Amino acid sequence: MQRPVLTRRQAYEARVRRRATLVAGGSTLGVLAALLILVPLAPGWPAVKKSFFNTQVFADTFPGLLNAFLLDVAIFAWSAPLIFALGLLVALARDVRAPAAYPLRLFAILYTDIFRGVPVILVIYLVGFGIPGLGLPRPWNSPYIWGTVALVLTYAAYVSEVFRTGIEGIHQSQRAAAASLGLSNSDAMRFVILPQAIRKVVPANMNLFIALQKDVALLSFIGPVEIFRQAGVYKSLMANFTPYVGAALIFLAITIPATRYADYLMSKQLKARS
Amino acid sequence: MRPLTLALAATLFAAPALAQNDCAAGLTLDEGKLTIATGNPAYSPWVMNDAPESGEGFEAAVAYAVAAEMGFSNDQVVWVRSSFDEAIQPGAKNFDFNLQQYSITPERDEIVDFSTPYYEAAMAVLTRKTLVDGGAEASLESLRGLIWGADANTTAVPMLAEVIAPEKDPLLYGDNADVVEAMKANQIDAALFDLPTALYLSAVVLDDGVILGQFPADRSESPDAFGLLFEEGNPLKACVDTALASLKENGSLAAIEAEWLSESTGVPVID
Repeated sequence: MQRPVLTRRQAYEARVRRRATLVAGGSTLGVLAALLILVPLAPGWPAVKKSFFNTQVFADTFPGLLNAFLLDVAIFAWSAPLIFALGLLVALARDVRAPAAYPLRLFAILYTDIFRGVPVILVIYLVGFGIPGLGLPRPWNSPYIWGTVALVLTYAAYVSEVFRTGIEGIHQSQRAAAASLGLSNSDAMRFVILPQAIRKVVPANMNLFIALQKDVALLSFIGPVEIFRQAGVYKSLMANFTPYVGAALIFLAITIPATRYADYLMSKQLKARS
Repeated sequence: MRPLTLALAATLFAAPALAQNDCAAGLTLDEGKLTIATGNPAYSPWVMNDAPESGEGFEAAVAYAVAAEMGFSNDQVVWVRSSFDEAIQPGAKNFDFNLQQYSITPERDEIVDFSTPYYEAAMAVLTRKTLVDGGAEASLESLRGLIWGADANTTAVPMLAEVIAPEKDPLLYGDNADVVEAMKANQIDAALFDLPTALYLSAVVLDDGVILGQFPADRSESPDAFGLLFEEGNPLKACVDTALASLKENGSLAAIEAEWLSESTGVPVID
């Protein structure tokens, strides 16, 4: 293959780019080297290393942590569709315009206000212990069920707000146009507004689901031994925080690619719009 | 002997003669003060009513006895609170020693220091009357079929796995109160605690709590022995160990145990 001949301008720009890459790489390496050299010089470093970066403890506990993480993934997998559905329903309830259906709208507003305003962990405690405490028979009192309900209630409140901004972001003229074509209100919502609104808020929802992936760990407070609790058991038995570092790495392995993907979607959307 | 006023300050129990003992000189966080940490909250019967200053409860009494043995009067003792995690994190500590039923294990001993044991704990099975009526009994076979819970920060977790090996995975919680809450919600059938804690929970906290049985302290290969926790390498340890040794020798420790943890007899032993 023949190498394309560069114009003088192209050659100049290529040189500039190469230099920028070299400088960026050099300064990154410099900062990294400074961190790697300076941090171990701190007087407490040997103790911190033993407590947080203990290779032996890491090797002993990592397989157990990975195994416990499967429970996180499972809880996430069954919660996410429920959150999506409930969030969408609540968003639609807030958009109802018939006067007779005002109580529905009021309920939706109250619901989002309450569940967005209360810390997730409190909802998990109150729902996870409180409702089974009413005397539900097994297996209906399972912490898995009520923990999931708590997560769904909280996250659906956030997701419904995202959907609402999506729905309200579609210009009013589109409803008018749909009406002039003879579409009913509900058909206009279903065929005109929602398809655009949902697409528009995909990146925002991705961010929420990344947050959900981390908050699944809060279910450990009411019993399930998922990765955070498993790491806590190891921590307590070995008096060593390294299992938490291992758990953090496992979370990062999932959330960083997901975050990058959300970023990619967002920039793609920006380009499409400009 | 110290002046009489100082001896009078130790009013909790028959105070041992205050030794003329300055092995702690210059070794405590604040000169002339002994800073002792306990849990937040501290649970009965280890500390009664979450008020260690009262000296009531086994660990509160032990703390004051050790302090007196080391030559500190009661008002030279300062209490602080700490979580388990604060106690084991690297770096300087805000206490001279910490007592909240820390079981001594070799792994923990690598990160922090422990005194000689001040109590050897049996493990006990806490359950509810409905379970006992339903046929649960103090045999390993019967215990295996139950749904188990435990405090995740305790050595009850490995003991559950090794000795009882339940058929279903146990549920684990952040503290005693949560374990009890799960039991009330009928999410777990039984929970494993050290015997004094189990006795307290069944008598005071649960309406229909029953102690099904106990695993005596000498049963397992590594008995659950509680030690005072120090920052790794704290030179005060030697002084505290001497104090504990003389408390054991003159019977004071046994007297404190009898006063606060006496009801633990009569619980059936699980085979």
